[in-house]
Amino acid sequence: MTGLTLPFPFDREYMQLALVAGLVVGACAPLIGGFLVQKRMSLLGDGIGHLAFAGVAAGLLLGVYPVWTALIVAVIGSVGVEWLRTRARTSGDLALALFFYGGIAAGVVLTGLAGSLDAGIFTYLFGSILTVRPGDVWVVVGCGAAIVAAIWFTGRALFATVVDEESSRVAGIPVDGLNTMLSVLTAVTIVAAMRVVGLLLVAAMMVLPVGASRLVARTFRGMLLGAVVVGTASVVVGLVTARLWGLAPGGTIVLVAAVTFGGVSVVLNIRRRRPAADAIGWRDAPATAPEGSHGH
Amino acid sequence: MRRVSGAAAAPVTTGPVLVADGVSFGYGRDLVLDDVHLELRRGEFAALVGPNGSGKSTLLRCLMGLSEPQAGTVRVFGEDPRELRDRWRLGYVPQRPFLDRDLPASVEEVVAAGRLARTGWWRRLHAADRRAVTHAMESVGLLPLRGRRVRELSGGQQQRVFIAKAFAGEPELLVLDEPVAGVDAESQRLFRDSLTHLVAEHRATVFLVSHELGAVAHDIDRVIVLKNRVLFDGTPAELTETGVSLGVHREDLPLWLEGLR
Repeated sequence: MTGLTLPFPFDREYMQLALVAGLVVGACAPLIGGFLVQKRMSLLGDGIGHLAFAGVAAGLLLGVYPVWTALIVAVIGSVGVEWLRTRARTSGDLALALFFYGGIAAGVVLTGLAGSLDAGIFTYLFGSILTVRPGDVWVVVGCGAAIVAAIWFTGRALFATVVDEESSRVAGIPVDGLNTMLSVLTAVTIVAAMRVVGLLLVAAMMVLPVGASRLVARTFRGMLLGAVVVGTASVVVGLVTARLWGLAPGGTIVLVAAVTFGGVSVVLNIRRRRPAADAIGWRDAPATAPEGSHGH
Repeated sequence: MRRVSGAAAAPVTTGPVLVADGVSFGYGRDLVLDDVHLELRRGEFAALVGPNGSGKSTLLRCLMGLSEPQAGTVRVFGEDPRELRDRWRLGYVPQRPFLDRDLPASVEEVVAAGRLARTGWWRRLHAADRRAVTHAMESVGLLPLRGRRVRELSGGQQQRVFIAKAFAGEPELLVLDEPVAGVDAESQRLFRDSLTHLVAEHRATVFLVSHELGAVAHDIDRVIVLKNRVLFDGTPAELTETGVSLGVHREDLPLWLEGLR
């Protein structure tokens, strides 16, 4: 990843590494987020992020590369969360809360034990894309490849479960297995993205690009592709803006995605109200902007 | 009767398509299904009727393998429905599936999802699968709307999307739960035509569950009246001989039949 000649602001190696890691995350996070949002599991990303924090803290305590410990804790946690979600339906919310707050509390205690409640942990909480090293980038690329491959093979079946779980079960689609896989992929995405935007903002990259894209997309495939476009564009624009104005890159990337979502909502809202001043809220009105879609 | 018996290819399957043998199911102390016996053969267009709370949906869940009967056995094509090997043989249209109003999905995408039962859920769709999907949309009159977002369609049109989704797998047994509830007249007509076509052309078995028969009252060749147990099982003509005409008594039909006993 060295020796590349790119124009400003990607002329430095650290910016090139940041760009590669950022693009992978910008593409993969919305890919998973698209399914999470439709399954009304948007907060899963936040929850697993809390668990990954405990994993990072454990890594700092044990002197192990924190990405590995975060990956192990997040994957085990994601399977546990999915198990609780399906088995303990009656108190699902509280069961999740137990997991998530338990995770962050364990993280705080472990960090205290390690005596490293300092800059080390902050690079994971708030992201530190400009300090990623080639080794970090390879981990991100590996996670990204796993996510794309998994969605490539299971995307159609996941979509079928989004449409209707019961008839999917009757059709022989392994609904529970796919839900668990989605949960594990969420954990992988979070670990890949934590150095880029930080654990506190990871879920934003899964949800915000999808929020913008689903307002204009005519097809589910178009929504996913549109979200990937918004996600990667947010990374590029965010990195450029951050370098130009000396801003925190993780937060800037997420702000760009948030502004895109908000902007699309406002524009569509204005366009829909113009023809008839009816009392229907914009979320209830049928979309009228097929031209802007990313259909296939 | 509109159905043209034996008009298509000769039947291959000899045994019953669907069997419920002494099926019982209860929630707590209340027995919702009490020793239910049922048998469907190939090419039958049968309707299960009964008022709300008569156990129709519970029976259906048992037949589909979504719930396990507390007593008795269920066989679909001679196998336990939960272990059915050729899943595509069983098509299921759930009661007005909950569809997220913000789901960005086209009619064609949703219908194509039904083809996975035939191809295997991990496989991509090939040209033949695409043709089957197109044919399924055509058979319910949705071809002109194939690129439309499902959330933009009327309730009746959405219902037809889900019927086409089940058709896309080309099932041998199609089970539909309350498919005409709250559906407009045009959709009811297209719905009836597509079902009679499925039975006549493909010799498929159609099992329709409803608290009212409405559109298909004149097309079915068998009625099963359920109120926790099977009160009547025969042809519509036989039911009429008991003094009941379908579509007239609707809600009080089981009460009426109970009174006869």
